[in-house]
Amino acid sequence: MSLDEATKQRITKEVTDNEVVLFMKGTPVFPMCGFSAASVQILSHLGVRFKGINVMEDPAIREGIKAYSDWPTIPQLYVKGEFAGGCDIMKEMYMSGELSQFMAEQGIELDPAA
Amino acid sequence: MAMQAAEIEAMIQEAFPDATIEIEDLRGDGDHYAATVVSQAFAGKSRVAQHQLVYKALKGKMGGELHALALTTRAPA
Repeated sequence: MSLDEATKQRITKEVTDNEVVLFMKGTPVFPMCGFSAASVQILSHLGVRFKGINVMEDPAIREGIKAYSDWPTIPQLYVKGEFAGGCDIMKEMYMSGELSQFMAEQGIELDPAA
Repeated sequence: MAMQAAEIEAMIQEAFPDATIEIEDLRGDGDHYAATVVSQAFAGKSRVAQHQLVYKALKGKMGGELHALALTTRAPA
């Protein structure tokens, strides 16, 4: 897992400029992997606006993000610049209600009707 | 090259001698497993930190040979 300075800055900018970011395989409309699709569904159910970043189009980000968070897989969720987990953790938190609570605590607007 | 359930279990057990570990082969292809790991080492740690400990125990296999490991971790009740 390698992370050059330029890629590190690009990632930092994305997770700083956007409140909720999902580094994923594919796009929210066309996810290319079951775990990425499940993560998109969870965020959509909660009505969380997020930026989807397709790592398949950016090999430097695809590898760099793993070193950035010390997390070996994709998707990866970032909330207010902090790594919040992958698909497993999102599912577990969503099922227990912790994810909506966590988003609220982070000041993220939820719009379940969306 | 896929991984065997026993190999995953052994690697996790080595890193967490006290752990109880359950491995489930989700698809029979050696690439998609679910694992539940209960160990005192997780006490007081966030879920992210707990999973990172397990990934370290797998010494870089996660995301490579092992495509998917649906992980559930907790400290003993």
